[in-house]
Amino acid sequence: MSGLERDGAPGEVPVAAPVAVPGAVSGNLAVDVRGVSRVFAGRKGASVTALADVSLTVAPGEFVSLIGPSGCGKSTLLRLIADLDTPTAGEIRVFGKPARQARIDQDYGIAFQQAGLLPWRTVSGNIELPLELHGVGRTARRARAAELIELVGLSEFAGHYPDQLSGGMQQRVAIARSLAESPSLLLMDEPFGALDEMTRERMQNELVRICAETSAAVVFVTHSIPEAVFLSNRVVVLEPRPGRIRDVLRVGLGDTGGRGETLREDEAFFHAVSQVRELLHGEAPAGARGVEAR
Amino acid sequence: MRRSPLPARRFVVGTLGVVLLAVIWELYKLLGPAEGVVLGGVTVLPRTSDIAMPHLWVMAARALEPVTGAGAAVPLWRAVLDASLFTLGISAVGWFVGVTVGLALALLMQRFRLAEAAVLPWIILSQTVPLIALAPLVRRWGSQIQFGAFSWESWMSVALIASYLAFFPVSVGALRGLSSPDANHVDLMHCYSAGWWKTLWRLRLPASVGYLLPALRLAAASAVIGSVVAEVSIGLRGGIGRLIVEYAGAAGGDPGKPWAPIFGSVLLGLVAAGFVGLIGLGLRRFRRGEVAA
Ligand SMILES: Nc1ncnc2c1ncn2[C@@H]1O[C@H](COP(=O)(O)OP(=O)(O)OP(=O)(O)O)[C@@H](O)[C@H]1O
Ligand SMILES: [Mg+2]
Repeated sequence: MSGLERDGAPGEVPVAAPVAVPGAVSGNLAVDVRGVSRVFAGRKGASVTALADVSLTVAPGEFVSLIGPSGCGKSTLLRLIADLDTPTAGEIRVFGKPARQARIDQDYGIAFQQAGLLPWRTVSGNIELPLELHGVGRTARRARAAELIELVGLSEFAGHYPDQLSGGMQQRVAIARSLAESPSLLLMDEPFGALDEMTRERMQNELVRICAETSAAVVFVTHSIPEAVFLSNRVVVLEPRPGRIRDVLRVGLGDTGGRGETLREDEAFFHAVSQVRELLHGEAPAGARGVEAR
Repeated sequence: MRRSPLPARRFVVGTLGVVLLAVIWELYKLLGPAEGVVLGGVTVLPRTSDIAMPHLWVMAARALEPVTGAGAAVPLWRAVLDASLFTLGISAVGWFVGVTVGLALALLMQRFRLAEAAVLPWIILSQTVPLIALAPLVRRWGSQIQFGAFSWESWMSVALIASYLAFFPVSVGALRGLSSPDANHVDLMHCYSAGWWKTLWRLRLPASVGYLLPALRLAAASAVIGSVVAEVSIGLRGGIGRLIVEYAGAAGGDPGKPWAPIFGSVLLGLVAAGFVGLIGLGLRRFRRGEVAA
C-alpha cells in the first residue's frame, strides 16, 4: 500500500521524470516509516510531540532529504530509523526488517553533525572502528580503510589524529567511517552543518559521487534548501509542533552521475529551490497536498 | 595535546626549584632572628638555632655517618634507604589493591545506576573516618584472621590502610572518566551494536585515561602517606614512618639525624609520582583529546 507516492506538484519541475518508486512491498524498501509518532514525556505531565503520525518511504538507492525549521523532529525521525530511540506509536522497517534488527545487522551507516571521531585513534583507526567491532581481520580492515580514505581524498592523512585535521577533513573521515561496512542505507544528520560554504559545496559534490559509486539509499537531514535540492531525489518538508510531513517534493535533477557543478547554475535548480522555500515558509496548502503528505 | 616543555628544560627548572629552596633555608638561617618570628604568642617562623634548623651540609654529612656509635652500625643513608624501600613495597601493595578496588567500584557504578546511588555516598563517607581511629581496628581484625598457613601480618594492616586511602580518588576519578564520553560517541557504539564490554574497552576506558591519571597520582601520594602514618599508628618496625618517629627523639644531640628519614619519605613520594608518570607516558595516545576535542 505504500509505494504510490504522488508528488507535490506534478509537472512543475521540468526534469521530474516520474520514476516509479519500485517496491509496493515493504520488503523492497530501504526505509518504511508507517504512522510513526514520538512523544517525549516532560515533567509534570507536560509532553512534547516531536513527531505525529509520520509516514515516509525511501526506495533503495534513493536520496531523500529532510528539511524543516528547528525542532520539527528531523533528528528524532533519523534517530528512530537508526533505532537509537523507539517510536511511541507506529512502525519502522528498514529493508523489510524491524529497525532494531536492521541495526543489529548493520544495515545502515550513520554520520552526525559532529564528526564524533575518537581522538585517540588515527584517521585509519577511526574508519576501522566498526570493522574492528564486528570482527573483521586486521589485513581486511587495513585494506578497506585505505580504500575509503582514498575515496574521501585523505590519503596523505591516514596516520594523522583527528586534532591534526580541519573540521571538513574530520567530517570526511566520519563519512568514510559510515561507509566502512558498505551499507545500503546511509543516515546523515546535518553532516555538513559545521562547514563553511566552499567546503560544504565540495563535500556535497563528493557525497553525490560517493552515492553514485556505492548506490546506497540516503536519508539526509539538512537546514540548507540548496543543499537538499542539489543532493536529493526527493525533499521532505516537515513542519513543527507537532512534527509532521508538510509536503514531499520530487526534485530529480538528473541522475547522480550527471549532477555536477553546472547544476547549481541550472534553471531547474533555482526553480526547485524556490519551490522548497515556498513550502517551508508558506502555510501548508490545504486539500490535495495535505493528503499527499502521507 | 598540550605541548609540554622539553624534558631537559623541565629537569633544569625542577633542579632550580630545589636549589632555590636550599638557598632560602640557608639565608633565613643566616639572617632570621634567633628566637624565630613570633606574632601574638604564635611562632610563625622557626628559630634559627642549629638544633631547630641545622645547616644543609650538616644534614648531608650526618647521612654519610653510621647510624649509631656502635661499631657495626651501617651508614645512616643506608638505613634510611632500606626503610624507604620497605615502605615503598607496602605502599605499592596498598596502591595496587586500592586502584583495583577503586576501578572495580567505578565500573560497578557505571554499569548500574542503582549501584551509583547506593555506593557513592558510602565511598565519600568512608574518607571521613580518621586514620588514627582506623589503624587499631584494622590491626585487631587482622590479628583474628588465620587460616591454614596464612596468617595476617602487621605489614598487611599497613597496606590495607594505604589502599583504603588510595581507592577513593581512583573510584571517583574513574567513575567520572567512564561517564565522560559524549552522547554522540555512546550513540555511535549503540549503532554498531557494541555491548557493554566492547563499549567499555573501545570507548569508556580510553576516554577515562585523562581522568584516571591524576587519580592514580593522587592515589600514589595517598598510599605513601597512608603507609607512613599507619606504620606509626600500628607500630610496625622497619619502615620510614617508624624511623621518622625514632630519630625525632635524637634531635637534641644530633640535629642532622631526623632529617635523613624526612628526605627519605620525600624520595619515596618522588618515586611514586615518577611511577605514575611512566604509566602516563605509556598511555599518552589516549590523552590527545584533552585539549583538541
Ligand atoms: N530526548 C528528548 N527529550 C525531550 N524532548 C526531546 C528530546 N529530543 C528531542 N526532543 C524534542 O523534540 C522536538 C524535535 O527535536 P529534534 O531534535 O528532532 O528537532 P530537529 O528538527 O532535529 O531540530 P534541529 O534542526 O534544531 O536539529 C523538539 O521540540 C525537542 O525539544
Ligand atoms: Mg537536529
